[in-house]
Amino acid sequence: MKITPEEVRHIARLARLELTADEVTRFQVELSQILDYVAQLEDIESDVSAEPPPPDQPLRQDVVKPCADPSTLHRQAPDFVDGLFRVPRVVE
Amino acid sequence: MTPTVSATAISADVRSGETSAVDVVDGALERVADLDLNAFLSVRAKAARTDAADVDRRVAEGESLALAGVPVAVKDNIALRDGPTTCGSRLLEPYVSPYDATVVMRLKAAGAVVVGKTNLDEFAMGSSTENSAYGPTRNPHDRDRVAGGSSGGSAAAVAAGAVPIALGSSTGGSVRQPAAFCGVVGVKPTYGRVSRYGLVAFGSSFDQIGTLATSVEDAARLLEVVAGSDPLDATTRPEPVEELAADIDSWEPRGARIGWPKEYFATGLDPDIRRACETALQRLAAGGAEIVEVSLPHTESGVAVYYIVAIAEASSNLARYDGVRYGFRAPSDDLQSMYFRTRAAFGAEVKRRIMLGTYVLSAGYYEAFYGKGTAVRARITSDFDAAWDQVDALVAPTTPTPAFKIGEKIEDPLEMYLNDIYTVSANLAGIPAISIPYGAIDGLPIGVQLMGPPLSERRLFEVARFLERDVDSGSSP
Amino acid sequence: MKAAELDLVLDRYEPVIGLEVHAQLKTASKIFCGCATTYGAPPNTQVCPVCLGYPGVLPVLNAGAVELAVTAALALGCIVHETSLFARKHYFYPDLPKGYQISQFDRPLATGGSLAIVLDDDAEKSIGITRVHLEEDAGKSMHTESGTLVDFNRCGTPLIEIVSEPDLRSPREAYLYLRSLKQTLEYLEVSDCNMEEGSLRCDANVSLRPVGRSEFGTKTEVKNVNSFRYVEDALTFEIERQARLLEAGEQVVHETRLWDSGRGEARPMRSKEESHDYRYFPEPDLEPLAVDAMMSEGIRSRLPEMPRVRAARLVTEHGLPAYDADVLTATRALADYYEAVVELFNRPKEVSNWVMGEVLRLANERGQAVRLEPTPQPIAPADLAGLLENKQAGKISGSAAKEVLAIMVEEGGGDPLAIIKGRDLEQISDAATLETEIEAVIEAHPEEAEAYCGGKVGLLGFFVGQVMKRTKGQANPELVNQILRRKLG
Repeated sequence: MKITPEEVRHIARLARLELTADEVTRFQVELSQILDYVAQLEDIESDVSAEPPPPDQPLRQDVVKPCADPSTLHRQAPDFVDGLFRVPRVVE
Repeated sequence: MTPTVSATAISADVRSGETSAVDVVDGALERVADLDLNAFLSVRAKAARTDAADVDRRVAEGESLALAGVPVAVKDNIALRDGPTTCGSRLLEPYVSPYDATVVMRLKAAGAVVVGKTNLDEFAMGSSTENSAYGPTRNPHDRDRVAGGSSGGSAAAVAAGAVPIALGSSTGGSVRQPAAFCGVVGVKPTYGRVSRYGLVAFGSSFDQIGTLATSVEDAARLLEVVAGSDPLDATTRPEPVEELAADIDSWEPRGARIGWPKEYFATGLDPDIRRACETALQRLAAGGAEIVEVSLPHTESGVAVYYIVAIAEASSNLARYDGVRYGFRAPSDDLQSMYFRTRAAFGAEVKRRIMLGTYVLSAGYYEAFYGKGTAVRARITSDFDAAWDQVDALVAPTTPTPAFKIGEKIEDPLEMYLNDIYTVSANLAGIPAISIPYGAIDGLPIGVQLMGPPLSERRLFEVARFLERDVDSGSSP
Repeated sequence: MKAAELDLVLDRYEPVIGLEVHAQLKTASKIFCGCATTYGAPPNTQVCPVCLGYPGVLPVLNAGAVELAVTAALALGCIVHETSLFARKHYFYPDLPKGYQISQFDRPLATGGSLAIVLDDDAEKSIGITRVHLEEDAGKSMHTESGTLVDFNRCGTPLIEIVSEPDLRSPREAYLYLRSLKQTLEYLEVSDCNMEEGSLRCDANVSLRPVGRSEFGTKTEVKNVNSFRYVEDALTFEIERQARLLEAGEQVVHETRLWDSGRGEARPMRSKEESHDYRYFPEPDLEPLAVDAMMSEGIRSRLPEMPRVRAARLVTEHGLPAYDADVLTATRALADYYEAVVELFNRPKEVSNWVMGEVLRLANERGQAVRLEPTPQPIAPADLAGLLENKQAGKISGSAAKEVLAIMVEEGGGDPLAIIKGRDLEQISDAATLETEIEAVIEAHPEEAEAYCGGKVGLLGFFVGQVMKRTKGQANPELVNQILRRKLG
C-alpha cells in the first residue's frame, strides 16, 4: 500500500499537524510500510462484525457538583481575557 | 543498585512505630537524587515530606494504613494535583494538573507517599522511553541499554532501588516490557479493574494503570490499593476487589492447569528466553500442575490490530492538545496556524501515530482498517476465551529479546512495534497479565509472562509467587 | 416576504425540506460532568476539567439526560433502542475542547417516529422523524477584532438532535413543524425551547424537484435558522435561489450555507475539503447505553397527555369551546393550572373565563407564567376557587371579584370574604336594605319613574345604575333588578 505525498499532506491537514518537507517524505515511507504490515489482516475471516460488549452503563444522577475553583482552570490558559479564553482570529 | 526494603516491610514498620514515614521518605528522596538514569521527570521533595509527616500523624492517631509511609513513584501520565503531568511531551510542559487521578487519591488514602513522577515515551507511545521529550531513561543493569517503555522511568526507579513500588500504564505492553527489561515485577490488570480517571488517554479501550515492584507480594499489595470500581470511570468493573496479596505463599500448583500458547514460542524468540519459559513450565509441572499446549491462532495479528485500533483512538485522544485551554501554544496570527504550529511540537513517534490513526479513521478507509481491526480484535478475545476452557493460566515470554541498546531500533518504527508482539494480546483482550523476572542473559534480566482470564489477578499472583519462591531459593532458573 | 415570487416557484418546483433540530435538555447538570447548566452565568464559571477536556478526564453519562431524551423519543412515537452507542465526531474548533463531540452515529437512541402538524386549512399531516439522538453541546465563540473569545459554560449541556424525514413541502410547513415540535418538547418539560437563549436550534436541508418528479434534487444545508421569524424567510430565500439556478439551467451545488438574519440571506460557508470528514468511531470511554423495555415502559407510563389530546378532552368532558381548549392547552403549566382550579370549583366555563382572562392578565402584568409548580403563580388554585365559590354564592359581585383577585394576587392569597369586609366590597343581598336604597332612588327621580311606567322600560338600566352608585357597586345586581321591576311595577 503506497501512500502519496498528497495523502500525507491531506492527513496532516485533517490532524492539524504542520509537517516539514522531510517529515512528509519520511511519513510517506513509514506509513506505507506500516499499512503494508497491517494489510495482513485482510486475509483473516471476520464476517461476523464485532458486537459491542453487553450494555452496562453506570449513570450519574443529575445533581450539580460544581468545580471548586474554576479560576485554577482559567490560569492554565495561554491567553485568558475578561473571563474568556482567547485564540487568534479565524481568517476566512 | 541498592537492595530494596519491601513495601510490605516498610508499611509494617511505620504502622508499628518502628520507623517513621518521614525517615523512610527522606531515604527514598536521597536515593532518587543519587539516581543517574533519567528515571524521574520531577521530584516532589518538599510535598513528599509534608505528606510523610501527615502519614505519621495519621498512624499516631491509630489509622491502619495499608501502605503507611511507602514511597511510590508515579508515571508522569497520571494526574497529580498542583504539580506537572507532562506525559513526556513539550505540549504539556507548562501544564499543572488541577486534580488527582483516582489512583493517586487511593494511594494517599492508603498512606503511600508519591516522591516523584517518572519518565515515559511521549504520551506513553513507545517501547523504550526514547520517545520522551526529556531524553531516554537508562537501564540500571546496563546504562547503554533502554529501560523499556513506555513506563521505563517507573521500571528503572524500582529496579535501581530508589522506590519499592511504582505505578505505570499499559496500552500494549508498557508495564510488562520495561519490567522485563529492568528485572522487576510488572502487572497489567484486567481492563476496568483500575480506574483510568486521571490517566492521560492513549488508547482508551486498551489503557490500564499497572503496578511495578521488586516482589510479587508488593505488586499485589499496590494493586489491591488502587483497584476497584470508580464512579468517575464508566468503564471500571463493578466486582469487588478480592484480597490479592494475603496468603499467596500457600498456593501449590497441584491440580492447576497451566497452558503454553504455541504461537508465542515460534521464530524470533531468543533461545534463552524460551528456555526460561520452559523452566517455569517444568517447575509448575514438578509442583503438580498439568501442562497443556494451547493455540491462540490470531496472535500474529495482534500487533497489526493494535496499530490500527489503539492508534485510531490515540489520534482522537490527542486532538485536545490544541493550545486553546492549557499547555503549550505556538505564537500565531491566525487560528489555523496556531493549531498547526502548536501541534508540530509533538515528537516524531506521536506525529506518526496521529497520522496513522487519522488515516485509518478517514473517509473511505474506516471499514477496511478500523472495522477490520475491531473484528480481528474480537477473534483474538475469543481465542483466549477458548483457551480458558482448557487452562487456568498461560505461561509465555514477555519480550522476544532482552533490553536492546539505546538508539538501536529508534529509526525503524515497525521493528520497535514488533517488540510488543507477546504483550499486546492481553491488552487487546482486556485480560490480566504479569511479567516476573526469571533469569538473565549476560546480566540482562529476562521476563516470563503469566496471563489469565478476566479478574483472575489473584490466581496470577499465586502462580507468580510460586515461581518467584523458586527463584528466591536459588533452585531455578 | 416576496410571497408572489415564492408562489411562482411553487407552481413549477416542489421543495423538499427536512429539519435537524437541536434542543437543550432541561437537566440541572451537564451531560458528562457535574457542572451547572444555568443560562446567563458569568462566562467560564460553569466549567471543570471534564467539560474543558483536560488531560486524563472521563465522561460519565447523566441519568437525567437519558430520561429526558427517552421521554422526547417516546412522545414522538419513536422506537427507543435497547442498545445505542456513543461515537466521537471529530473537528477542530476553539469551542470544542476535546477536538471531538461525543454524539451518537450509526446506533442512535431512537428511530422511526412522527409528529403531526395542522395545516392552515385544518388538514392534518404527519411528518416522519428519522432519529432522535443524544449529544453534548459545544461552547460559544465570539469573533472580535482582537481574536476569537470562547465561553465554555454551554459546553457539555445535553442536547437531543431530532432529525425529520424530508417530508416538508413548503416554508410554511417547516414553520408549523417547528412550532409543533417546540410545543411538544415544552409540554414534555424536556427543553425550555428558548430560541433566543439558543436552547432550540434548527438547521434545514432543502432541495427542489420539478412538480411531478419523484427523485430528489441536490440539497443544500442551511444552518443557523434559529428563530421562528427566520424559518420561513431563510427557506424562502434558499428555495428561490435554487429555483433561479434551475431556471437558468445551472446546477445546485451540494454545500452548507449559513443564514444571516441581518442581511436576510444564506451565504455559503467556507468550504474546506476535509470539513466533512468527521472520522466517527465508537466512544471507548462509554459503554453502550442500555434502555431496556422496563425503563421505556416506565417512562411511557409517565408521559403527560399531549396538547391536542388534552384539548379534545376539555371540549368533550368539560364542555369548553374549542377556542378555550386551545388557549388553555398552549402550555402544560397553564392547562394543569386550569384543571387544578376546576378540580376545586366544578364550573369549567366559568373557570376557563377567569383563567384566560384575569389570571393570565395578572400573571402577564407581573411578568410571570401561570403555573402550579414549584409555587403556584399568580395565585394558588384554592384561593381562586374560594373566590369563585363566594361569587357563586352571591357574596361577591363580578366586578368586586376582579378587584378582590387583584388584591389576593398582590398579597399572595388570603380569605376573599375578609378582603371584602375590610374594603367594603361585600355584596348587599339583603332585600330589606336594598328596598330602602331603591325607594330612595325612585323618590329622587320621579320623572323617570313616571316615564318607565308609561312604557319606557329601557329606563330600568338607568335605575340599576343609580342603585349601584348609591351602594358603591355592592348591591346584588340580580336582586336589584327584581325589586326595581316590582317597585316600578
